[in-house]
Amino acid sequence: MFDTFPLWPARASTTAGSVDALFIFLVALSALVSVAIFTMIVVFAARYRRRRGVVAEPIEGSTALEVTWSVIPLCIFVMIFVWGAVIYFKERTPPRGATEVYVVAKQWMWKLQHEEGQREINELHVPVGRDVKMILTSQDVIHSFFVPAFRIKQDVLPGRYTTAWFHPTKAGIYHLFCAEYCGSQHSGMIGQVVVLEPAQYQAWLSGGGAAGSMASNGQNIFQQLGCSTCHRSDTQGRGPNLVGLFGKPVQLEDGRVVTADENYIRESILNPGAKIVRGFKPIMPVFQGLVSEEQLNLLVAYLKSLSPSPSGAAGGPTVVPSGAKPQETKVQ
Amino acid sequence: MATAALTAERENYLNQEYGIKSWLLTVDHKRIALLYLLSITFFFFIGGFFALLIRLELLTPAGDLVQADTYNKLFTMHGQVMVFFFLIPSIPAVLGNFLVPLMIGAKDLAFPRINLLSWYLYIIAGVLMLHCMLTGGVDTGWTFYTPFSTAFSNTKVIEAGLAIFISGFSSILTGLNFVVTIHRMRAPGMTWNRLPLFIWAHYATSIIQLLGTPVIAVTLVLVVLERALHLGIFDPTRGGDPLLFQHLFWFYSHPAVYIMILPAMGVVTEIVPCFARKRIFGYQFVAMSSIGIAVLGFLVWAHHMFVAGISLYAALIFSALSYLVAVPSAIKVFNWTATMYKGSITFSTPMLYAFGFVGLFTMGGLTGLFLAALGIDVHVTDTYFVIAHFHYIMVGGAVMGYLGGMHFWWPKISGRMYPESLGRLAALIVFLGFNLTFFPQFILGYLGMPRRYWQYPPEFQVLNVLSTAGSTILAVGYLLPMVYFLWSMRYGKVAPDNPWGASGLEWMTPSPPPTFNFDAPPVVDWEAYDYEHIPAPQEARSGG
Amino acid sequence: MADSPIAVEHHNPALKHHFANMEQQREASSLGMWLFLATEIMFFGGMFCAYLIYRYWYFPDFAAASKSLDITLGAVNTAVLICSSLTVVMAVRAAQLGKRQEQVVYLALTLVLGLAFLGIKGVEWTSKFKEHHIPGPTFNFEGSVPGHPDQPVDQHHAQLFFSLYFAMTGMHALHMIIGVGIFSYLLYHAWKGKYTPEYHTPLENSGLYWHFVDIVWIYLFPLLYLIDRKK
Repeated sequence: MFDTFPLWPARASTTAGSVDALFIFLVALSALVSVAIFTMIVVFAARYRRRRGVVAEPIEGSTALEVTWSVIPLCIFVMIFVWGAVIYFKERTPPRGATEVYVVAKQWMWKLQHEEGQREINELHVPVGRDVKMILTSQDVIHSFFVPAFRIKQDVLPGRYTTAWFHPTKAGIYHLFCAEYCGSQHSGMIGQVVVLEPAQYQAWLSGGGAAGSMASNGQNIFQQLGCSTCHRSDTQGRGPNLVGLFGKPVQLEDGRVVTADENYIRESILNPGAKIVRGFKPIMPVFQGLVSEEQLNLLVAYLKSLSPSPSGAAGGPTVVPSGAKPQETKVQ
Repeated sequence: MATAALTAERENYLNQEYGIKSWLLTVDHKRIALLYLLSITFFFFIGGFFALLIRLELLTPAGDLVQADTYNKLFTMHGQVMVFFFLIPSIPAVLGNFLVPLMIGAKDLAFPRINLLSWYLYIIAGVLMLHCMLTGGVDTGWTFYTPFSTAFSNTKVIEAGLAIFISGFSSILTGLNFVVTIHRMRAPGMTWNRLPLFIWAHYATSIIQLLGTPVIAVTLVLVVLERALHLGIFDPTRGGDPLLFQHLFWFYSHPAVYIMILPAMGVVTEIVPCFARKRIFGYQFVAMSSIGIAVLGFLVWAHHMFVAGISLYAALIFSALSYLVAVPSAIKVFNWTATMYKGSITFSTPMLYAFGFVGLFTMGGLTGLFLAALGIDVHVTDTYFVIAHFHYIMVGGAVMGYLGGMHFWWPKISGRMYPESLGRLAALIVFLGFNLTFFPQFILGYLGMPRRYWQYPPEFQVLNVLSTAGSTILAVGYLLPMVYFLWSMRYGKVAPDNPWGASGLEWMTPSPPPTFNFDAPPVVDWEAYDYEHIPAPQEARSGG
Repeated sequence: MADSPIAVEHHNPALKHHFANMEQQREASSLGMWLFLATEIMFFGGMFCAYLIYRYWYFPDFAAASKSLDITLGAVNTAVLICSSLTVVMAVRAAQLGKRQEQVVYLALTLVLGLAFLGIKGVEWTSKFKEHHIPGPTFNFEGSVPGHPDQPVDQHHAQLFFSLYFAMTGMHALHMIIGVGIFSYLLYHAWKGKYTPEYHTPLENSGLYWHFVDIVWIYLFPLLYLIDRKK
């Protein structure tokens, strides 16, 4: 499945192509500069080696030359900076409507769950040709989600969500590495990303024994924990109405305005006192330590499903009646 | 040779007093430099031994030589020993200590007793580090990332943290001594524009030591307190932020890279004009680029954190600033090259190391451009690409500079010549071994092999085998100079006062220098590197 | 020879062999001390930076925790330290004028004030210990956010405040203890008559150190004690 002696990593995402392009440019530039400098050194060393009767010419320097070889590199550097920044900007901005996968890292394993409810360990199945957004968090120390074939890497931090996304272009099996040192079995915290053709992916998806989508399971937890008694879908609740909340700005009691993103929802569940919504009393109990990372992900997925906006889970179900079967979504 | 015989019998800093006490209680900067030389060489070989074990483990994809936990301790302690106990003190505390007063025409550093104190602090730190290693070691990586280091690792984090904390004070005191000495102790006529560029480089280094080291000190104090007393400052489960640790850590540890490389640049800037028999090209630009690196070096730390979870805009700013710091480094490379133009070049061992330095530093610097490019950094950070990059700078740059400097000033330090042909051979072995060790790691990194991996997928094996092969060659290259330097102390040819026909006050005093450096206080009325007024070395050395 | 004024200057017993003259030696020591203080600023800077970030994030909890500090003792301590800086200056002045008696008195006063500061700090810490405000498993902070009587203070964030409070005041107190040590040494030598109008660099430099530690407190006091007292 892997070459025995590759010199170039597999290229299996849209990002990989743009990263490789800049990389090749930089290799060429570096080769050019190194060869130029090495040639000069060799030529000078040969041409001006010590000879009897020939003395060195006293040369103090040249401001014009100094300015030239400061300004030209600077211009090239600015160009590389912009090029690199453009790629990075794309890497950091998940497209709307991406399929979402929730990832919980722990020493020393990756636990993944698809919106549709399928759970995986150290393995991720994704279809070719669809945007996939990873919502990552860690149960213990810092890890890093690294798929060389996609040229993506994102540290996974405890206590918050980070995100990464990719768009697979080629079916195959690719390495998934933990890239941030995380303890004894750091090098054992590896897995694989299986990129499937849409039809195969569909087959895989229906073969898995998922008990309901993340959103529907999230809704169950929402009810079990009693959230629904205060957070009602009308204006009568003691807590804010959560329908349509995700992705919207929220006015806080202290005057600040924050966007209701994954991290906001996470914080408001675990530690509700941190950001009080204007007009509401700080009466919600603290859930820190009462819900696991996986349950938290389900709750987040459920709340997102209440917002039928394109920034939410477009591919997934919208408002799901409790106990519903995972909705099949058409693979592009 | 009559003059040489005379030199050997003169009273100098080495033979003025004998006995262990005369060394352990000395306040002579030259003797303290030798104390440092012994201690850092000891730690260099410890760190090197760890490196060899790491390379041997990586010979095969499976984790078969040592246990995973042992491997984690090996790379952690390799990093900590090499960074804090070898590279940071290497050139400043040995060559800088020896040469700064000599080069500016002073009798000693401004605070000789503080200088000795800083060596003792280093030794206390070193003993603590050794104790830590012998009683279980530490496995956090030299970066001590939280919350792993504060809440998860069950190794001796506190002890290692304290050892590095103490060694930091040693480093601060050395830097403080240099800055004061350079400001206040220069000989009459030694203006700022006549200072050897070695001094400028050390001045810039010292500023970083003074302003950067306290930050790592307080950071380690907080890590130790957090571990011991559960403060929670870096603990996400208690409202703390692990990224704050990374910011504080890299605020020091990125400039620390310049603590290691700037002095080596200073060494090369002395060697190249001497063996090209020419003034340095663009004195002012080389001097100012050292200061520029020191200042800009404080503004780029978060480029170690592009995938760590910092904001998009912070990443853009730190990437842009990182490119700025590349400019002064480029200026230096161009000036060294231009210095050779129309020179009269000879190829003694120090010059070979200087060539090696320029070549390897250029490659290290260019690959730094890759890492500063945001899009590429995401892929190659925390892989072997980073390992290769910083070893090109730290080993290809700093260690080559250190060895070049040791060969260049060895006649002054010991009063003896090292064997020239062996010296050239060693330089060649180091250069070849180095490239074989670290070049394959660039490819490994781009292929995606993460750093700090005890076992790895089999397709990475060929490149790892090459790297391991290179490391054994490199080891030979490093052992050789140690052997012949020791040999030369007894059997080497007696060195004349100025064997290279070099400029600079340190060559105008006997080899080895007398305790108070100069028989009469020097007065400077010439510019730096006035090679047109200095005769080339009179005698052609038989070995060369 | 020994009678000529130049020779006396050269043979000042305090002149170290590697300096050309007393002026160079004094300037070197003074620059050294200023540089050392720069490193100290960076040292405390790291903690101030951590403090400012958490204060910004967890302002209400920090304000509540800050209110539990004893403002009277803090203010008294500020006054004590400012007075001690004054006595240090007076001691240096006395040395410049060659008044040994005054020197000793002012140095002794500085020591007393320094110890008074540490004593008061000790009282404050003891009460914090009794109130279970020491970070760790027994930490417990009762109370609500200022202005919001129905919002209880977040235990973790209050604990962070006290972590930083103890780290910062602890580091400061450590500097004070070192200062007390230095000033005991100075007092002894001043009593022996070592510091003269020609040579009193140690006094001056230790004074700089003392002022620095004083200034750190002047920042710590409002940052830690006066976050949000109005409500």
